[in-house]
Amino acid sequence: MMPNLMTPRALRSLLPAISFTVLLIGIFYVQPRAMSFMGLNLMLNLALPIALATIAQMFIITMNDIDLSLGGFVSFTACIGATLLGESPVLGVLALLACIGVYALLGALIHVRNLPSIVVTLGMSFVWLGAAILVLPTPGGQAPDWLRAIVSVKTPFVPFVIVASAIIAVGVHLFLMRSSTGVILRGAGGNPQAVARAGWSLFRAKVTLYALAGFFGVLSGLTLVGLTTSADANIALRYTLLSIAGVILGGGEFVGGRVSPIGAVLGALTLTLASSLLSFLRISGDWQIGAQGAILILVLALRTLVNRMERRK
Amino acid sequence: MTVTAEAPFVRLENIIKNYGAVRALGGVELTFNSGECVGLVGHNGAGKSTLMQVLAGNVQPDGGELSVLGQNESMSYGVQRALELGVRCVFQELSLCPNLTVVENTRIRHPSITGFGWRKRASLLIRSFLDDIFPGNSIAVDDLVADLTLGQRQMVEIATVFAKTTSSLRLVILDEPTSSLDHAIAGQLLAYVRRFVTEGGCVILISHILGEILSTCDRIVVMGDGRVVEERPAARFTKHSLVEAMGHVNHAPQAHQPETVVKARTAPVVAEIQPPRRGSMTLTARKGEIIGLGGLAGQGQTTLLVLLQRSAGRHISFARCSGPVAFVAGDRQTDGVFPLWSIGQNITIRSLGTMRRFGLIDPKKEREMERRWKERMAIRTPDMANNIYTLSGGNQQKALFARALASDAEIILMDDPMRGVDIGTKQEVYHIIRSEAAKGRTFIWYTTEFEELTSCDYVYVLRDGAIVSEMPRSEITEAKVLQSSFEEVAQ
Amino acid sequence: MISTVSKLRTFAGKAPWGFSFFGAAAIFLATIVFTDGVGAGQIITTALTFGTMYVIVALGQMYVITAGPGNVDLSIPSTIALAGAVSMKIMDGNDALILWGLLAAIGVGIAVGCFNFALIRLLSIPPIIATLSASFLVQSASIAYGRGLRIRPPEAFAEFATGRIWGLPTLAIFALLLTVIGSVVLHRTVYGRSVTAIGQNQRAAGLAGVKVDRVRWTTYVICASLAALCGAVLAGFSGGSSLNMGEEYLLASIAVVVIGGSSVAGGQSNVAGLWGASLFMYLLVTMLNTFGVGAGIRMIMTGLMIVAIITIAGGPKPSRT
Repeated sequence: MMPNLMTPRALRSLLPAISFTVLLIGIFYVQPRAMSFMGLNLMLNLALPIALATIAQMFIITMNDIDLSLGGFVSFTACIGATLLGESPVLGVLALLACIGVYALLGALIHVRNLPSIVVTLGMSFVWLGAAILVLPTPGGQAPDWLRAIVSVKTPFVPFVIVASAIIAVGVHLFLMRSSTGVILRGAGGNPQAVARAGWSLFRAKVTLYALAGFFGVLSGLTLVGLTTSADANIALRYTLLSIAGVILGGGEFVGGRVSPIGAVLGALTLTLASSLLSFLRISGDWQIGAQGAILILVLALRTLVNRMERRK
Repeated sequence: MTVTAEAPFVRLENIIKNYGAVRALGGVELTFNSGECVGLVGHNGAGKSTLMQVLAGNVQPDGGELSVLGQNESMSYGVQRALELGVRCVFQELSLCPNLTVVENTRIRHPSITGFGWRKRASLLIRSFLDDIFPGNSIAVDDLVADLTLGQRQMVEIATVFAKTTSSLRLVILDEPTSSLDHAIAGQLLAYVRRFVTEGGCVILISHILGEILSTCDRIVVMGDGRVVEERPAARFTKHSLVEAMGHVNHAPQAHQPETVVKARTAPVVAEIQPPRRGSMTLTARKGEIIGLGGLAGQGQTTLLVLLQRSAGRHISFARCSGPVAFVAGDRQTDGVFPLWSIGQNITIRSLGTMRRFGLIDPKKEREMERRWKERMAIRTPDMANNIYTLSGGNQQKALFARALASDAEIILMDDPMRGVDIGTKQEVYHIIRSEAAKGRTFIWYTTEFEELTSCDYVYVLRDGAIVSEMPRSEITEAKVLQSSFEEVAQ
Repeated sequence: MISTVSKLRTFAGKAPWGFSFFGAAAIFLATIVFTDGVGAGQIITTALTFGTMYVIVALGQMYVITAGPGNVDLSIPSTIALAGAVSMKIMDGNDALILWGLLAAIGVGIAVGCFNFALIRLLSIPPIIATLSASFLVQSASIAYGRGLRIRPPEAFAEFATGRIWGLPTLAIFALLLTVIGSVVLHRTVYGRSVTAIGQNQRAAGLAGVKVDRVRWTTYVICASLAALCGAVLAGFSGGSSLNMGEEYLLASIAVVVIGGSSVAGGQSNVAGLWGASLFMYLLVTMLNTFGVGAGIRMIMTGLMIVAIITIAGGPKPSRT
C-alpha cells in the first residue's frame, strides 16, 4: 500500500500543521512585514512558555485525565523563579523539585483512590494560587540573570523561540512516541486492561506521567519569568485553558491516549499567532479569546468531518 | 521431578466451578498433550470459555486438580504462572491498544524488547511471525491498530501470541480465532496451527465452524452442561455425528408442549427488521406472537434488538416498529439495572410519563404500581424501597421484567434475560409471558437456551449478524437450530 | 487516622449533605468563639448573601454533574459575565425594564446552553472540551459587549439584591425558593428521574425509554440559565456588571456540588447539601479572615479542603456484581 495523504489518519495528523500554516500565510498576506526575523520573534515572543505548558497538559491527557490547576502551577513556579531562585538558588531548586514531587503524589492519589482528576486539580488550583500569593504577594520580583540570558539567546537565521519549540517538540516526540517507555505510557491510556494484563504497572505509568507534567510545568514557569523578568501570582492563570486548547488543536483526544507532542507545540503556536492575525486585521483585542475558541471549534469540526469520512469508508 | 515422555502437558482432574447457584463446570476430566491439537465444541453455556479461563489462570476453580508436566500446580496457578509455563491465549475480545501501532503493541506484550533499537527488533519479530502465519498479508506493522480492519486486528493478536521471545511457548488457546477472518486467511492460520503442533506445541481450538475443527484437530472434545460428554479422535467424527453429540446434551425432560398447532400468521405485522448489510432475510413479528431469536451467543441478536428499540417512533429504513417498545436486558449490569436506585424506582422508570399529576410524578400511583408488580412477579423483598442490589440475581431480573410489562409497551424485546436465573423463576416468567402474549402483546425473545425457543411461535436463527433460517413452531428441533447455528452444515 | 477517615466515610455515606452542614456549623462556632460572639449575626447574614450566589450556580452545575461521568459545564464564568452585562444594558437603570432585563439574561443562558449541547452532540466531543470552546466565544462576546459599560442597576433591582425581609437577605429567600423548586424537579418530575438514570447508566437509560439527548440538552440549558440568572443578580448586587465577576464561580460551583454530597460520578445528587457546602465554603473564608490569615493561606486551605473531601468521598466505586 502506498502512503496516501488523503487517508483519514494522515489528514488527522496533518491538521495541526495545516491550521498553523494557513494562519501563518494569512498573517503574511495581511502584513508582509511580519515575514521577517524580527516579525516572527515579536509575534511568537511568549509562545515558548505556552508550548511547555501545553506539553505538560498533554502528559496528563495521555492517561485520559485533565489538569485544571496547570495555570496556577505555572504561576507559582514563575513566582519562585522571580524570588527564591535568585535569592538562594539551592532552596529555589529544591522548591521546584518538591513541586514535581507534589505532582507525582497527585498522580498516585488519583490512581489509588480512583479520583476524578478534574476535582482534585480544581482543588489544587486554589493551593497553587494561594502558594503563589504567599511567595509573591505583590507583582514584582526579579528573574535571575542566567535565566533571562537563556531565554533571550540569539540564534542565527531563525528566531530562538522557533528553534526552542522545535527542540521541545522533537525531544518529547522521541521520548513519548518513539521510546519503549513511551509506548507503555500511551498504551496505559489506550487500553489500560491490556497493558495491566501484560504485566505493567498502571500506577507507575500514572505517577510518571504526572511527574513529567510537573517537570514541564516548572520549565514553563521558568521560561515565562525569564521572558517577563518579573512575575505576579496571576501571571499564568489563563494557561490552564490555553494548554487544554493547545493539546486539542494539536490532535489530542480526551479518550484513548491519543496525543501528539509535535501537534501540541504547533497548537500552542497557532493559538499565539491567532492574536497577531487579529491585531493585523485591526480586529479589536476583545475578540482575541473568541478567535481562539473559534479556531478550536473549527478544527474540532474538521476532525469530526474526517472521522465521519472514515466511518463511511 | 520425574518427567516421562508420557506425562501429558496439562492434566485436569475433576475441575469444578460454580457461579452462585449456576454450575459452570461440573467435574471436568481432560488431558492436553504436547504435539496435538484438541478441538473443543459445545453449545452455549457448555462451559468451554470458563474452562479456558481456568487454564489461562484468569479464573480460580472451586475444586479439582490441575497438573502440568506431572506436577500439581493447583495451589499456585494464576496468570503469571500460566505465562511462565508457556500457556497463552487469544480470547474473543481483543486486547490490543488501538492508539498504538502493531510494532508498539508487540512491545507491550513482550517486556524483554526494550532498550536501543527496540523498534527494529519488535518490527522484525512481528513481521516474521505475521509472514510466517499469514503469508502474503498486507498488514503494515507501522500502522495504528485502530486503522486496521477487524480481521487484520485478529491476525495481529494471533501473531503477537505466537511470537516467541525469551519465554517458552507450550500451549496456545485459540477461542474462535477465525470469527473475523476470511476463508483463505483462516486456512493459513489452521495450517500454521498444524505446523506448531508438529513441532511439539499444543493447541486448543474452539470454533463454531465444525469443518475447521474436523480438519485441523487430532482429537475432539464435546462439552455440555459443564462436563465432557464425548471425546474421540477427530477421524471418528463427522459433521453430522458432531452436531448430534452436541444435541444430546439436553437430556432434561422436554417441557410438554400442549399445542403444537401452528397459528396461521394472519395478525397484523407490528415489527419488521432486516439486519443492515447482512443478508436479505427479514424478521417479521405479528401482534400477539412470541418470536424467538436463536443461534450461538453473540451472533448479532442483541444488536438486532437494540436497533428495533431505536426504530420505535422514528424513521429508519431497515426496521419498523408500530407501537411502544420496551426492552428487557439480559446483561443486567450494563443494560438494565440503575445501581443507586430502589427496586421500585427501577421498575417505574419506564412508565413515569403515565403517572403524572399536574406535571409531577404522583408518589401514590408510583407506590401502587410497585405494589402491584411486586405481587404479580412475586419479587421477594420486604420493601420495594430497598436498593435493587439487595435482591438476588433472579429477582433483579424479575424487576426488569416488571419494568417492561408494567409499561404501555405493545412490543417487548428480551435480550436473553433468563441467563443465570433459577428454574422456579423461569417457570413463573414463562407463564406471565404466555398470558401477556395471549392478551395481544408481542414478544421478541433472544435466547441461548433451546428449551425456550420451543415455546416460541416462530424462530429466526442468526449467524454473523444475519438471519440464516426461520422456522415455525411445528418445525423447531434442536438439530435444525444447531445446524443453522454452525456454518457449512447449514448449506 | 485511618479509623477517623473510615468513620467520616460511613457518615458521609449515610447523610452526604449532613457532612457539609456539620462542617459549616463547626467552622461558624470556631469563628464566634474566636471573636467572643461579636458579629455573629453579621457573619450569618453575609454568609447567606454570598452563599446564595454559590447555591444558584451550583444548582445548575449539579444537574450537569448528575448526568454522569464527564459531564461538567466550564462555561459558567463567561455566561455570568455576559448575562450580567446584557441584563444591565437592557434594564438601563430603569425600574420598569427589570423584568425584560432578567428575561434577556435568561435568554443568554438558554442560547449558551443550546450552543454547548450542539457542540457536544454535533462534534461528538467530551463536554469539557465543548463547554471550554464555547466559553472562549462567550467570554469574548462579553468583553466586546461590556466594554466601557458602566450602567448601574435599577434602584428597585439593587434593593432586591441587597435588601432584607425579616432580617434575612431577600436573595437568600429567593434562592431557597429556587432550590426547593430544583429539588422538586429532581425528585418529582420525569426530567429529574431521567437525569439521575442517565447519570447511573446511560445505556440502560436509553434502553429503558429515556430520551437521552433531549434530557442532556435540557440539562445544559438549565445550567447555563441559572448561571445567567446569577449573573444578573450579581450585577444588581454589586452595582453593575464587571468582566471578571464570574471568575470564582467555576471552581466554586464544582466544589460546592462535590462537598454537598453529590456523586462526582453522577446519578446521585443532593440539593440540601448545596446550602451546607456553600455556607461551608464562605464561612471557611470568613473564619480564616477572622483568624487574621492572609489571602495565600486562605486559598491553600480552601484547596486542600476540596482535595481532602474528594479523597474521603472517593471516586466511582466498582459496582457490585
